[in-house]
Amino acid sequence: MLGVLILGVALAQGPTVDGPPPNGAQLYEANCSECHGLEGDGVPNVDLGHGRFRRATTDLELVSIILRGIPNTAMPPSNFTEGQALAIVRFLREKGSRAVFSAGDAANGRALFTGKGNCVSCHRVNGIGARVGPDLSEIGRLRHSTDLERAIADPDATVLPSNRFVRAVTREGETVIGRLLNQDTFIVQLIDAKEQLRSLVRANLRAFTFMDKSPMPSYRDKLSSKEMVDVVSYLGSLRGGGTK
Amino acid sequence: MTKRGLTLLLVLLGAAGSLHGQVSFDRLVRAAQEPQNWLSYSGGYFSQRHSDLAQVTPENVKNLESAWIYQLSSLEPSSTRFEMTPLVVDGIMYIVQPPNDIIALDAVSGRPFWTYSYNPSLQARLCCGRVNRGLAIQGDRLFMGTIDGHMQAIDAKNGKLLWDKAVVRPEAGYSFSSAPLVVKDKVLMGPSGGEFGIRGFLAAFDVATGNEAWRFNLVPGPGEPGFHTWQGDSWKTGGAPIWLTGSYDPELNLTYWGVGNPGPGWNGDEREGDNLYTNSVVALDADTGKLKWHFQFSPHDEFDYDAVQIPVLVDGMWQGQPRKLMYFANRNGYFYVLDRATGQFLSGKPFVEVDWASGLDPKSGRPIRVPGKAPSAAPGTLIFPGNQGGTNWYSPSYSPRTGLFYIPTWANYSTLFVRDKAEYVEGRRFGGGAWRFPVPGIRSGQGGYSWAKPEEGYGAVRAIDPMTGALKWEYKMSDLTWAGILTTASNVLFSGGAEGHFYALDARTGALLWKTQLGAVIRSGPMTYAVNGKQHVTVAAGSALFSFKLRE
Repeated sequence: MLGVLILGVALAQGPTVDGPPPNGAQLYEANCSECHGLEGDGVPNVDLGHGRFRRATTDLELVSIILRGIPNTAMPPSNFTEGQALAIVRFLREKGSRAVFSAGDAANGRALFTGKGNCVSCHRVNGIGARVGPDLSEIGRLRHSTDLERAIADPDATVLPSNRFVRAVTREGETVIGRLLNQDTFIVQLIDAKEQLRSLVRANLRAFTFMDKSPMPSYRDKLSSKEMVDVVSYLGSLRGGGTK
Repeated sequence: MTKRGLTLLLVLLGAAGSLHGQVSFDRLVRAAQEPQNWLSYSGGYFSQRHSDLAQVTPENVKNLESAWIYQLSSLEPSSTRFEMTPLVVDGIMYIVQPPNDIIALDAVSGRPFWTYSYNPSLQARLCCGRVNRGLAIQGDRLFMGTIDGHMQAIDAKNGKLLWDKAVVRPEAGYSFSSAPLVVKDKVLMGPSGGEFGIRGFLAAFDVATGNEAWRFNLVPGPGEPGFHTWQGDSWKTGGAPIWLTGSYDPELNLTYWGVGNPGPGWNGDEREGDNLYTNSVVALDADTGKLKWHFQFSPHDEFDYDAVQIPVLVDGMWQGQPRKLMYFANRNGYFYVLDRATGQFLSGKPFVEVDWASGLDPKSGRPIRVPGKAPSAAPGTLIFPGNQGGTNWYSPSYSPRTGLFYIPTWANYSTLFVRDKAEYVEGRRFGGGAWRFPVPGIRSGQGGYSWAKPEEGYGAVRAIDPMTGALKWEYKMSDLTWAGILTTASNVLFSGGAEGHFYALDARTGALLWKTQLGAVIRSGPMTYAVNGKQHVTVAAGSALFSFKLRE
């Protein structure tokens, strides 16, 4: 308890050493990223990239974990100063809240999303819409508004590996197009246009290719710039936890 | 006692002596003559991970079935890596449950006889998981290095601690993760910790007492040969870890060890020079630890190209002459053949895509660096092979039957290397940079999800002709591999991969003969043994050990 109190005082006072304040991003990259990955997702079932932490809630708890490690796990203790550990925590907090709300009309954005844009024909938000494309219920927590705007205007520019579409032709001649969910040496798993989970045996495929382009159309010419800002604003408001 | 009774007793004692006796140095030297046992990490001093057992054949391997599964009961989370290779001595199997519990199992049933539990200091810090890769045995003693830097001897009959020596300081980043090697009356071991600015060494400990008999500094200090290859005080934090088990030639009495990366790994600015003996193989006199020769694969490394891979020893022909050879598939992407008596470079050929070097000097084997192919400020420089190398710590295999060398390979694999500042603080990472995949998120699929395209890297078993370096065949996987390779006298090759498939290939052609799904990444090398005339094939995956034998 004493240790926690002392730590608390140190945190309240901030770093006591002279010199520039510790750079949390640099410290994270140099000391944490080999295991946790640069995006904070390198350890299975541990996500440091989105501002929600499984074992800790407060900065104090997170600093304590960084300093002391987690006994009987791969997370070792460290000899950072409290100030350095706090800088890492702040870096991770910032990383988890990088979405920037644009100044648009989110309500109108929602109307565009479900109406004119017909986004729900592929995307799902809080249980409504199709499952073929990525679920966007938490997209405001995961992406920066500039990334969202670019994805809507130029969907082919950056397709995350987890959103890749593939095309397979079976021996029987059926063509299956869908979002790749998983694969190994022998099978390919995807969700097809009818929202069916499919597992295809590679040996039974006549053709199998990754699709270079995103199946999503560009909305650059379909939405006005005001409408684009509204849609991005709506997406930015999607932070998970919704029910309907 | 009658004379007949005495004779019977002597016969029984004799039988006990040969079947259930202590593991003498002589038995370790002649391990190939008792293929029913697996007496050291790589199955023998030549580290070929090849067995003369031949009951499982290409024809009947499809009849393999589970003999037993041993689930770990460790408090470690399931994400802990189970990387060890078991030992089997006369029907008893010895395994290490991460981090440092030893369990003696009945090799027929998988039922435990006893467990030795050790709680390492919470100060232990490892770059890449609280792992242990196995044990060594001599007499009735098992030897283990612990993640908090102890060497220990444990009674193989009852699991009781015999001696315990604190060798290195875990709070400074030193740890023991590899399986030791016993030679004569000494047990050899070196520390991991290349990411923490340790100063590496290989040491020999007396098997009876644990007292240190000799130590060879893998980063030379003042007055030692090679010291001039380090700039200023950089030798003090020069790295050079040992984290895989070496080999031994009884005729030459030389022991061979691959040495890991220099510190800081990705920034060589403060350590100008070749940085001996990092990324080298060293040949040491097994009695004295004196250096006989060394060969440095990657001088002044900036790519984390540890040379800890298994030095595989082969007595064979080289250009028409019998030679004592060493085959070495290196993380830097080249496959080397060396003369292991002298260290002479005989050949080096890339077995994967390599663009950090344009080739090797034909006389010295020294790589010819490509200008500009070095870590740089973010986003970094794209380099083949990537940070984890063309291969890594997962064991290769050599089959004297096929004459082929089998490499667990990462093909088409590159990463961006980022250079950054490096400041040494004891016990903290001392990297001077980082690495990342060129496609963000390509390998971040958690829990076994894979979305990679083949051109973004794939795992493979590659069979090469060691005489020429030519690729004979390749078995391609979709995902990468962390699994070692075992070959047997019946031309069956066993391996696995990150997808959890454990499989058998025809060692001559690479044809898939059999596969089964183990449900977790295989991060270990398969081994084989026999009890009561029944051959088993065993591999660790996830948090369990799987043993297979033919259906009866």
